[in-house]
Amino acid sequence: MTAAETALALQEKFPGAVLSITEFRGESSLMLTMASLIPVMTYCQGELAFDLLIDVSSVDNMGEDPRYVVVYELYSLTTKNHLRIKVSVSEDDLNVPTVSQLWPTADWHEREIYDMMGIKFTGHPDLRRILMWDGYPYHPLRKDFPMGGLPSDMPDVAFSETAPLAGGPFVTSSGAMDRVSAEPRAKGEK
Amino acid sequence: MSTELTHAAYDSKIEGNIVFTQLDAAMNWMRKNSLWPMPMGLACCAIELMATASSRFDIARFGAEVMRFSPRQADVMIVAGTVTYKMALAVKRIWDQMPEPKWCIAMGACASSGGMYRSYAVLQGIDHLIPVDVYISGCPPRPEALIEGFMRLQRKIQGEQSFLAQKKELVDALSQ
Repeated sequence: MTAAETALALQEKFPGAVLSITEFRGESSLMLTMASLIPVMTYCQGELAFDLLIDVSSVDNMGEDPRYVVVYELYSLTTKNHLRIKVSVSEDDLNVPTVSQLWPTADWHEREIYDMMGIKFTGHPDLRRILMWDGYPYHPLRKDFPMGGLPSDMPDVAFSETAPLAGGPFVTSSGAMDRVSAEPRAKGEK
Repeated sequence: MSTELTHAAYDSKIEGNIVFTQLDAAMNWMRKNSLWPMPMGLACCAIELMATASSRFDIARFGAEVMRFSPRQADVMIVAGTVTYKMALAVKRIWDQMPEPKWCIAMGACASSGGMYRSYAVLQGIDHLIPVDVYISGCPPRPEALIEGFMRLQRKIQGEQSFLAQKKELVDALSQ
């Protein structure tokens, strides 16, 4: 069974769970409803032998509703299939059920998403920040967080300041004809 | 301070075994040739720091090969790498544990200024927290650059008024 066939089979098996199926260059992405996430994931991990969770990541589509998307990359070492599962997260309810009981690797991935994006995973065994320190008040990967950071202070733990961007961010131009025009230049706001 | 020297009483038994110098010069000479580093390796600069300590570049030639991970035996902290805010207060704490006299070398672009990390997560130069004596440019600097930084620090130490700094209260009391 290829990834595309798997996607269709899941749609048949769980009526109403799959909101959309996207095909791109042989890769299949399924958008699921929040309620069907755990049943579908359990089925994928068990019956469909998706034994490897490659990655869990999140996307901030600021200005859209729902704002966030959590993306799961599944891979099966038996059938060599790659399946991408997505679920939308609304700004009003930033809770997603954890999949760390299915794939233990999800533990740290979900902690990173919680740290960087502020999405909470219900049922997670140990939902602490993984990169920033406990007590840091922001979620830095959100689109409305400034690139240079914001000042904060946790006495005896850590502090942060705003970095001077000096007209930046400075971006290299890929595909430039010569070294001079490929140099990093300030782009965006003047 | 007066540089005029007087002759010691002539004694053939100790002839040639006495060197006249200034106390500051003697103290500085000893200090600058036994600079024990506190290796604060935080990123790729630490690899170059290790190369500097190894046989090809060999900072034992400068008396600085004693890298121990104890701040209490260290004279110079080499901040080699990116100082994140999460690490910043730990670096400060280790600096505070080092006994005086102590010096600091900011090795590389990140330790000096944050380098390419204009970021929410990175301290924009270790001089926001601790006083820096020598900044070394480079990303990462080659071992020669670190040795150059060491020699600059040695030159700086040579010019210090060590005795006055050590006995500051005594000198103040005497001059009243």
